Amino acid sequence: MSMSDLELFRAETRAWLEANCPAEMREPVRDDDDACWGGRNFKFKNQAQKQWLDIMAAKGWTVPDWPKAYGGGGLSAEETKILRSEMAKLGCRPPLMSFGIWMLGPALLKFGTEEQKLHYLPPIARGEIRWCQGYSEPGSGSDLVSLQTFGEDKGDHWTVNGQKIWTSYANKADWIFCLVRTDKTNKYQGISFLLFDMTTPGVSTKPILLISGSSPFCETFFDNVKVPKHQIVGELNRGWDVAKYLLGHEREMISGGGLGEGLASLGAAFPDAAANEPVLRAEMAMFDVETIAFRAHSERFMDEWKTGRAHPAYSNLMKYVGTELNKKRHELVMAAGGSDALEWESSRSKGGAKPRTWLRTKANSIEGGTSEVMLNVVAKRILDMPGA
Amino acid sequence: MALYLSEDQAMLKDTVAPFLAENAPVKHLRSLRDSKDPVGLSKDLWKRFAELGFTGILVPEADGGLGLGHVEAGIVLEEIGRNLTPSPFLSTAVAAVEALKAGDADLRAQWFPRIVSGDAIVALAIDEGAKHRPGSIAMVAERSGNGFKLSGKKQFVLHGHVADMLLVAARTGGSSGEEAGITLFAIPKETAGISVDVDRLVDSSLSARVSFDGVQVDADAVVGEVDAGWAPLTKLLDAGRLGASAEMLGVGAGAMDMTFDYLKQRKQFGKLIGEFQSLQHRAAHLYGEMEGARSIVIKAQHLSDDGDPRAELFIAAAKAKTGKSCNLAVREGVQMHGGIGMTDEYDIGLYMKRDRALNEFFGDPHFHADRVARMNGY
Repeated sequence: MSMSDLELFRAETRAWLEANCPAEMREPVRDDDDACWGGRNFKFKNQAQKQWLDIMAAKGWTVPDWPKAYGGGGLSAEETKILRSEMAKLGCRPPLMSFGIWMLGPALLKFGTEEQKLHYLPPIARGEIRWCQGYSEPGSGSDLVSLQTFGEDKGDHWTVNGQKIWTSYANKADWIFCLVRTDKTNKYQGISFLLFDMTTPGVSTKPILLISGSSPFCETFFDNVKVPKHQIVGELNRGWDVAKYLLGHEREMISGGGLGEGLASLGAAFPDAAANEPVLRAEMAMFDVETIAFRAHSERFMDEWKTGRAHPAYSNLMKYVGTELNKKRHELVMAAGGSDALEWESSRSKGGAKPRTWLRTKANSIEGGTSEVMLNVVAKRILDMPGA
Repeated sequence: MALYLSEDQAMLKDTVAPFLAENAPVKHLRSLRDSKDPVGLSKDLWKRFAELGFTGILVPEADGGLGLGHVEAGIVLEEIGRNLTPSPFLSTAVAAVEALKAGDADLRAQWFPRIVSGDAIVALAIDEGAKHRPGSIAMVAERSGNGFKLSGKKQFVLHGHVADMLLVAARTGGSSGEEAGITLFAIPKETAGISVDVDRLVDSSLSARVSFDGVQVDADAVVGEVDAGWAPLTKLLDAGRLGASAEMLGVGAGAMDMTFDYLKQRKQFGKLIGEFQSLQHRAAHLYGEMEGARSIVIKAQHLSDDGDPRAELFIAAAKAKTGKSCNLAVREGVQMHGGIGMTDEYDIGLYMKRDRALNEFFGDPHFHADRVARMNGY
C-alpha cells in the first residue's frame, strides 16, 4: 500500500472515529470496573459503552488485525498502527478488554483448526464470551510444567479433576483455556490445552484476597468436569507448545505495560520531596534516567521484534527489566508520599490507591514468570551459559 | 526511524570493527604505555582514520567532510571503546567539529580541512576543577587590542600536549553561573603564554593541565559570537557526552564479552563457573543493563541527528545510563575473573581503568542525573 493510500486511510479513520466514538468513551478509564470486559453476564456501565463496543465490533476493529472471517478488521500492520494512533489522539478507550483477544486469540490463530477459529474467534471479537486462563496450580508456580490437574480419557471426553490458582477473573469468565495433564508418564509432552465452559458442572471458583486488598485472582476447582474431545487446541499432549507461545505473548504485554506513565518524571510528580529531600531527589533523578532508558529500550525492542531482529527469548529480558523498574518506581512513590501514602481507606487517598498499587506491583516480578526464571532463561538462551 | 542500524550504517560497522581489531587492539595501548610513548597515541593511526574517511564523518559536505551523523560517529567510537584505542577521535572529530560548525567561514576553512586530512588534533580546555562544571567557568578573557587576553588554568585537557589547537571556554562578561558572557575560542597551541603540564592518567591516556598566562588572541579566534559561546559550547559538550556514551558502550561490551567467555572456560569445583546460578543471574542482569544503555544511546543519536529538542534530555540520560552500565560491566568483569582479573597481564583491568576515565569525561552519572532532574523541572 502506498504512502498516499495510508494517509487516506488515516483521514477516513479519523473522520469515522470522530463521528462514531461517543463522548463518554473519550474519557480515560478510571479503574477495572469502569472498563468494558464483555461476556454473558457483563453489565454495561452506560449506553455509550455498549454502543462503542457494538459499532467497533461491527467494523471488526476490536481486533483490527485479525482476518475478517474471524470477526476481525483485516487491517495490515501499518493500518492497525494508524488506527491505534488515531484512537490515542482522540482519547478513544479500547472498546473491549479481553484475555480472549490478548491471549487465546493469538494461540487459536496459530494452533487452532479452521472450525475452531470460526467457532471461537468471532464471539471473542464481539465481546460475547469472556475468557480466563488456567495455568498455575498451588504446587506449580515457576515450575509450571509440574502441573497435576488431570484429564482422564473417557473415550469421547476427558474427566478433569484438580485445582488452579491465580486465575484472573475466573469468577466473571464464561470459558477457560486450561492446561491439563493428559499423560502422567511424560512431563513436557503430557499436557494438553483444553477449552471449556465455566458453567460446566463441577467447576467452582473462590476469589483471593491479596496483601493489596481485593483482587481479580481466584482459586478454581475442577471436580469431575466433563470436557468433550473436540475442545482441545493443538495436538494431544502437546499443549506445552501452545502454553510457551502464549507466555511469550504475555511477557511482551507485561514488559510493554511495565511503565504506563511513559516518560513521566517521578520528581516532577512529587515537588515537595524533590525540593526538600536532597537524597530522595537524587534517587528520583537516577530513577528518571532509568525510565528514559527503559522507554528507549522498549522502543528498540519493538522495532527489532517486528522485523525479526530480536532474539526469540528477548521478551524475557524486557519482562525482567520492566517489572523490576516498576517495583522500584513504587518504592520511591511511597517514600515521596510519606505518611499521606500510608492511608488505606479514606476517600482522600482514593481508598489507599498508592499503598495498594505499591503492594500490587510486588507481583509484577512473580506473575507471568518470576524475575529469577527470566534471568535463568536470559542466561541460558541468550547468553548461552553452560549447564542444564 | 527504527532503532537499529540501517544497511549503510551496518556496512560502516563492518569496515570499522575489523580495522580497529587488526590495527589498534588492546596490545596497541599496552605498547604505547609500556614504551612510555610521549605522544600517547599513534599519529600514523590517526592518518589512517583520515584515509578511511572517519575524521570527516561529522564535518559537513560543504566543508569537505562526509556530512554523516552521530550514529555513524558512534559506530567508530564504540569500536574505539571495545579496543581501548588511544585516539583523539572523540575530542577532535566529534566534539570540536560540532563546535566549529558555529564558526565563521574563515575559522571553518582554517580547521575543517586539517581535521578531515588527519593533520590536526584538537584538545578541549573546558574543565577548571576536578569535577566537570561548565556552568561555573571562571577563566577570564579580557578585551585587549584587536582581540582578547586570556589568563587562567584548565585541566583534564586530553591530548593537550600534542594538540594543534585548543578549544577554550572563557568568560568575557557576566558572572560565574551565567550562560551569557561565555565565549569559546579556537587557539593554536603554539600561541605565546600557553604552558602545558602533562601527566599519564590511570587509563594510560595523556592529559594536560594547561596554564594561560596573558595569552593574546585576535578576535577571529572566537567561535561564533562574543559573550554567546554557551551555544557552541553546548554543541561541543552534547556531542562529547553522546560520543563518550557510545565509546563506553564499547568499553562495557568488550569487558562483558570477555567476562562471559571466561565464565564458559574457567572450571572450579569440577564445573564451568558459568554453570553457577549466582553468576548466571549476575551475567543476565548485566546484559540487561548494557542493553538498556545501548538503547538510550541509539535513541539519543537519532534525536540529535534529527535536531529534535528532546536530544539534550536524552543525551544527559544516555551519559548517566551508559556510565552506570559500563561501570557495572567492568566491576563484574574484574570480580568474575577472580585473582587473574587483578593482574596487569590480563586485559580486564585495563577496561576498568578506561571506564573510570570515560565516566568522568564530560560529566559523571551524578552530574547528568542532576541535569535530567533539572530538565524535568525539579
